[in-house]
Parts: sequence; structure tokens; C-alpha cells
Amino acid sequence: MITLTHYLVVSAILFSIGLMGVLRRRNLLMLFFSTEIMLNSVNIAFAAFSNAYGDLTGQMFAFFIIAIAASEVAVGLGLLILLYKKFGSLDLDDLANMRG
Amino acid sequence: MMENLVFVALFAPLVSSLFSALFAMTPKKSFVGMVASSLIFISFASSAILASHIAQTGHGIHVHLMDWISAGDISIPFGFMVDQVSVTMMVVVTLVSTVVHIYSMGYMDHDKSYNRFFSYLSAFVFSMMILVMSDNFAGLFIGWEGVGVCSWLLIGFWYHKKDVSREENPSISPSWAANEAFIMNRIADLGMLVGLFVIYWNTGSLQYEHVFATLPELSGSVLNTAAIALFIGAMGKSAQFPLHTWLTDAMEGPTPVSALIHAATMVTAGVFLVIRANPLFAMTPEVSYFIASLGTFVAFFAASMALVNRDLKRIIAFSTLSQLGYMFAAAGLGAYWIALFHLAAHAFFKALLFLGAGNVMHAMDDELDIFKMGGLKKAMKWTYIYMGLASLALAGIPFFAGYFSKDAIIETAWNEGTTILWFILVVTAGMTAFYSFRQVFLTFEGDKRYEKLGIHPHEMYKYVLVAMSPLAVLAVIAGFFQGSFEHFVTHLLPEYHMSEDTHHIAWFLGLIVLVFAVGGIALAYKKYYKGLVRDDRIERFPGYKLLINQYYIPVLYEKCITKPYAELSSFFWNQIDMKLVDAIVDGIASFIYSSGDKTRKMQTGNLSNYLNWMAMGATALLVVAAFSALV
Repeated sequence: MITLTHYLVVSAILFSIGLMGVLRRRNLLMLFFSTEIMLNSVNIAFAAFSNAYGDLTGQMFAFFIIAIAASEVAVGLGLLILLYKKFGSLDLDDLANMRG
Repeated sequence: MMENLVFVALFAPLVSSLFSALFAMTPKKSFVGMVASSLIFISFASSAILASHIAQTGHGIHVHLMDWISAGDISIPFGFMVDQVSVTMMVVVTLVSTVVHIYSMGYMDHDKSYNRFFSYLSAFVFSMMILVMSDNFAGLFIGWEGVGVCSWLLIGFWYHKKDVSREENPSISPSWAANEAFIMNRIADLGMLVGLFVIYWNTGSLQYEHVFATLPELSGSVLNTAAIALFIGAMGKSAQFPLHTWLTDAMEGPTPVSALIHAATMVTAGVFLVIRANPLFAMTPEVSYFIASLGTFVAFFAASMALVNRDLKRIIAFSTLSQLGYMFAAAGLGAYWIALFHLAAHAFFKALLFLGAGNVMHAMDDELDIFKMGGLKKAMKWTYIYMGLASLALAGIPFFAGYFSKDAIIETAWNEGTTILWFILVVTAGMTAFYSFRQVFLTFEGDKRYEKLGIHPHEMYKYVLVAMSPLAVLAVIAGFFQGSFEHFVTHLLPEYHMSEDTHHIAWFLGLIVLVFAVGGIALAYKKYYKGLVRDDRIERFPGYKLLINQYYIPVLYEKCITKPYAELSSFFWNQIDMKLVDAIVDGIASFIYSSGDKTRKMQTGNLSNYLNWMAMGATALLVVAAFSALV
């Protein structure tokens, strides 16, 4: 029997993987993938809660997140291409030009 | 009609001051002096009309300008009261001011701050008018402070002069003298403020009428406290011992200032206060007796220093101190109207004396040492006559003004049975005559010692000499108005009559004083008329040294008060202010600065690092949220 806890554990694992990716990766594209993983882990949690409580609001929210993530990726990837054209690299260590 | 005149008398000097102030920063403009003088004359004319009106009707005029302070229970209106006492002061102040303004047009002729001078001088007159006309203690205090500020401005008028050693110039510099005067007065004004608080606390008002009506309900100790505190204020303004040193140093100011402020008007404010608050002082006989004793002491003390001084203006300043002592003696003994009479008479002849001294200074290229003068009578006939008349009046020679007013004070001392005071005052009268004529003879008679210095003295401008004439006339004839003056002011002030016994021997008492006065003049004539003969034996005598150094009091003040205070201040500055107060403030600033400087390194510009910081922050917030949910 798969319970709410199982879903939440999966969601938490995915979120941690995404977070680790955000923190450890140096390539901007990889950072994008990582944020997508984090968003989707949240979607899982929403859908699981929605199912457990019999309330559709959670699923609705998940759809919204998917829609917003799609548009964000569209804009973000556009920016990445521009960055790559300008600097020839997507490595964050190369892009650091605002040292305080 | 009369109310309007009150306002004209009060505000004409203010208009004059503001008008002159418009040109304060510009080079000399003769019309400024003329306009200022005419406005002061208008004030004098209004005061004179008011005086004759009050003499006819016998009633004072009370005007209420506006409500000034009203907060909670306290309500102080801007009210002015013109009665017998204040109108006397108004006439004296505005008359002497008018003469001094006209005189200044000549005296300050070559000064580059001519316009500024008139602005200050008129501001002084305005403050003095507020002081004498106010119908409450608060207004009096405002005027009191106002004249203090103007006095400071005018003593330090030549502020650009450098400080020199005390041996070279006992007053060090004009700005030093101005600060000394201001600080000395501040000490006394604290006493005055305490007096006002005590009065307000116990009577619930500062209006003269109300305060004096409530006095009988107060306890003796409250009355004594108020009287002592008010008298401390009077001691500062009237330069009584031990706050007297500022007055002689105030001679650093231009001579018209010395004549107007430091002889005729401002310094008499203390006497005026005692006269004005006579119901209070009449109920505190111990304090009054102290006032009389201190006055007598100062009369003698100041006269003794004048005996040997060589500085023309300082001799007259000591003489002013001494005469103020006489006034306090009279006021302390309950003869308030006699004190006021001497105040008025003294204002005329002392202003004349100072203006004469100004003429001499002008002629002698600002030389003030009478040992370097002599034989000026040829060059300066009119100044000689004026100063001679003023000195005769000061010495109390019969039928001059001082004879009537000073003799009345000495007679009062006898009448009160205070023989010691009487004796000291008589001896002082002799000393007064001696030093006045020592100065006159050394300046105008004998050999022309100034020739060695290459000075070519010349008489003052004609119009200045004409302007001085009213004072000369009054110095001669003021005494003849004694009877009518007594009748005029005793409407308001308590009457004072000599007892039968005193009355019988009045001629004899007068004769004793006269013998001393003539004796003083004769001694001065014998020693100084032919010329200056310096006697080494006398000048080496310790008593002489004591007197010429003003009993070493200025040095004592410097050693015992000024120096330790300066050292204490520098200790507080170095040890407490710098190491504690400033250190704390600087510490806070440098902590914030260095924390900013250190955390600046977080800004690496690397997005990955920022994300790490963000994650750490989010985790920290999560931990806080979790803990707060648990608790």
C-alpha cells in the first residue's frame, strides 16, 4: 500500500537532489535542470496532498506550477543562449564579473 | 494718547537699532548716526512728556501689549508700566543715550564699523527700556539679559585686538574683557533666576502688583531667600564685590559705551531692581542691612583702588563702582528715593566725566595713562571745564548735583544710627574728592608731559561739545530739584524722613563731609597741580602695590578659579570626553564600518555562492520557524 508518506519521501528526495544540484553544479544549464527537479518534487507533494485530503486545489496548483515552469524555461533558455553567445561559456565561475 | 507715547518711547530705539543694522556690513554712512540719534531723541521726548503727565496726574500708565507666555497655570503678559520710578529711569536713560549717540557720531568718526556701533548702542537702549518699563519680573529679566548681551557686544566691539599679558594691559584684550563681563553676569543671573523661581513658586505670579500684594502672607525664610537671590543678581549687574572685576575691564569698550552702559545706565540696573522690589527688601531687614554694609564696603574699597590708578578710564570706572556702593547703602538703609535720586544725578555727571575722558583719549591718540598727560587745559578748554564740573559734582562740592544726593545718603547712614557705615562713607567722600581732582590736575594742569611722546592734542568737534552741554548743566543744577523729585517719587516709593535729632545737626554733618571733600581736593591740588612728582618711597610701599594691583583680586581669581577650571576642563576633555564619550560613539561607528567591510567579501559575483548563501538563509529560517512552532 502506497501512502501519503511514501509520496512525500519521494518528493523530499527529489527536492534534495534538485537542491544539491543548485548548490554544487557550476553550469547554468544544469542549474536550470535542478530547479526543474525541485519544482516537480513540489508538484508531487501537491498532488499527493490533494489526493489524501480529497481537495482539488492542490492539483490545480500543480498545473499552475507546470505552466509557469514552462514559460520560465522558455524565457530562461533564451537568456542562456544570449549569455553563451556573449561569454562563450555557461560556467558560473567564468561569469562572475561583479566581485564586491 | 499716552499709551501711544509709551510705545513710541519703547520702540523708537528698536527701530533705530534695526535701521542701523541694515547698514552694519557697509562702510560708514553719516546719516545712520543722525537717524539713530534722532530716534533716541524721540524716545527721550516721549519719556519727558510721560514724566510731566505723571507728575500732573499722579497716576502711572499701565499698558498691556499682548499675552506672551500662557501655559498651564503660568500666564505672563507683555505688559508695560510707566510710573514714577520707571519714568525717572526712562528719562535718565534716554537723555544720556541721546547725548551719547550724538557724541558717538564724533567719537566713532574714523571707525570702520560706525554703523554697527549705532545698531548695538540702540539695541542696548531698547533692552534697558524693557528692563525698566516691564510690569513683571519676567520682562525685567528679558531686558536684564538683553543689556547683558549688548554690553558684551560693545565691550568686545574692537574684537580684533590681540590678547596681551596682564602687565601690559590689565584687561588683556577687548574680547577677553567682554567674556569676563558676560561670565561674571551669568553667575549672578543664576541667583536672579533662583529668586524669580522662589517668587513664582510662592506667590504664583511674576506681576509686580500681585507679588507685592502677596508678600505679607509669606514666611520669613522664603522672603529672605528671595531677597538674597535677587540681590545676588543685582550684585552682578551692578558689579558689587566679589563680582566687581568685570567693570574696570569693561573699559576696553569704546568710551561712549563706558559712559552710557558702564557708568550711567546698565550698571544701575541692580540698584533699580532693589528700588523696584522695595516692598520685598523692606520686609527683610537683615538682607537690607547686608546690602547697606556691602554697598558701604564697596564704596570704600573701590575708592581706595582709584587713589593710585594711572588709567584715566579705570579711575572713573572705580569711581562708578564706589558710587554704586553709595546707592546700595541708601537702598539698604530704606532710603529708596534717595538711592534713585543719587542714581539719576550720578548718571549725569558720570556720563559727562566719561565723555570728557573720551575727548582726552581722542586728543591723545588713545593714550590713557594720566602720568603721560598734563597741561592739556590750553588745548582742550571746554573738556577741562566739563570734566572739572563733573568732578566737582562727584566730589560733592556744595550746590552741585552730587552734593545733594551724596550728602543725603551720608545723612541717612547717620540717621539710621549706623555710625560705622556713616564714618566709612564720610572718609570715602574725601577719597572721592582726592582721586577725582588728582585725575583732573594730572590731565589738564602742570607740565606738558605728552610733548615727549610727540602728540599734538586738539579739542573735540564743536557739535560734540554742544551735545555734552545738557549733561554739564544737569551736573550743576540737578541737585536743586531734590524737593520736587522727592515729592514726585514718594507717590510710589516709601517716604524717608530724617529724625528730629538728625535734622538739627544736619548742617554739622554736612560740614564734616564738606571738610573731607575740600580736604581731598586740597591734597590733590598740593600734590599734583604743579605737575607730577613721583615719590619712590610711596610707590615701593606695600599698600601702594596692593592698591595698584587691585588687591591682587584679578590675579587671585585667575590663579584660584580660572586656571584650575581650565585644567579641570582639559582633564574632562582628555580623560572623560575623549576616552569615554567619544570612544563609545566612535566605537559604534567603527564597528558598523568594519562589519560592513568584512561582509563585503560575500559579494563574490559568483551566482553559485549566492545560491549557497540563500540556501543557508532559508535553512536558518526553517530552523527558527520549527523551533517557534515547538515552543
